[in-house]
Amino acid sequence: MIDKQVAGIPEALAGIRDGATVLCGGFGAVGAPDELIDALLAQGARDLVIVSNNAGVGTTGLAALIDNNRVRKIVCSYPRSDDPRAFDKAYKEGRIELELVPQGTLSERMRAAAAGLGGFYTRVSVGTKLAAGKEVREIAGATYVLEMPLKGDVALLKADRADRWGNLTYRKSARNFNPVMAMAAELSIVQVRTMVELGAIDPECVHTPGIFVDRVVVV
Amino acid sequence: MTPLSRRQMAWRAAQDMPDGAYVNLGIGLPTLVSDFIPEGREVVFHSENGILGMGRAPAPHEVDRDLINAGKGLTTLVPGGSFFHHNDAFLMIRGGHLDVSLLGAFEVAENGDLANWTTEDPGFPPGVGGAMDLAVGAKEVRAILEHTTKDGRPRIRKSCGYPLTAAACVKRIYTNLAVIDVTPDGLVVREVVDGLDLAGLQERTEAHLALANDWRPLAAA
Repeated sequence: MIDKQVAGIPEALAGIRDGATVLCGGFGAVGAPDELIDALLAQGARDLVIVSNNAGVGTTGLAALIDNNRVRKIVCSYPRSDDPRAFDKAYKEGRIELELVPQGTLSERMRAAAAGLGGFYTRVSVGTKLAAGKEVREIAGATYVLEMPLKGDVALLKADRADRWGNLTYRKSARNFNPVMAMAAELSIVQVRTMVELGAIDPECVHTPGIFVDRVVVV
Repeated sequence: MTPLSRRQMAWRAAQDMPDGAYVNLGIGLPTLVSDFIPEGREVVFHSENGILGMGRAPAPHEVDRDLINAGKGLTTLVPGGSFFHHNDAFLMIRGGHLDVSLLGAFEVAENGDLANWTTEDPGFPPGVGGAMDLAVGAKEVRAILEHTTKDGRPRIRKSCGYPLTAAACVKRIYTNLAVIDVTPDGLVVREVVDGLDLAGLQERTEAHLALANDWRPLAAA
């Protein structure tokens, strides 16, 4: 029998190792797995590479991980926020490496990893500082830059509903990066608002099929 | 000479949005444009975080914490709107499916080069967000910005001083003084605010300007 629900957050985070690349869902605070990220601080993994659209707000979640020197590097499109004090401080003190990626390139790099592709060519960032050092190629009269796949060891995600097979639905704009990160990680861990019976999610309306999900925890 | 206010600039940019267009409004000043779409036109607003059919800011009883715009402010969905994930949101942007992308800018060059993502301030980490995707991918890219900096330096330049977001992408520029098209022959002024002539506008612009034969006063509603 398949049952991806785990008893609690410690079980959900078990086995995340030092040095792991961790994909964190969310766009700003919306769709971000706050409870899982807070618990990752307690779990103790260090030297992490975090992939997230943003770099944390205030003093909790990603900001707390950064403030506690658990993050070696962040891959993101927009490290600014209303209250970026943790990232700004670490960045100015040289305690964190920043890889800045255009937002669509960030999600497409994860999709490429998920789809087994060796990379892709895009026109985005051509001729800019963010294309420095990258291979460029002319295709049908336009210039493209080569971007490499971005795979996670772990994804920490948030959804609204799950069933025991790991089928997920999200709410409104809280979907954002969660589906592609579920697809792009070896181990996808999802916090959900509620579990429903197998079959209760309309199969026409499953947002992330359970094949991409490993562990589900209700928070 | 009275420069347009920010809301008047947004009003002017809104008048050019065609009926039926799919439009992305950048964060900041462009976001105001949705308040001024002329009556009877249906424009579908796209948000990079997975929304088509984005509406206005919510009334207190409509607030939903899971429904935000690209600037992370609360928003609403209009009837017919839809939600989707980030890859689809950016496929729409990068694959040429949006009709118009209206972006704020630090500088625009006479060939349409756009600089809007970093001033290279060492005390301020850079952020690019979706700016490069929007500048490259939409069918038409328009920029909206104050004509000069606060201390009077021109922001429409021969070439951008700040790092580029994308090369030769902007087709039309809205400022608080003028509406200017980027053409193969250079910058062409379509509209200028009352009380300012081409010479006066040129003084405030680094790039060379030509006046369109059918130029008009820049109306401010």
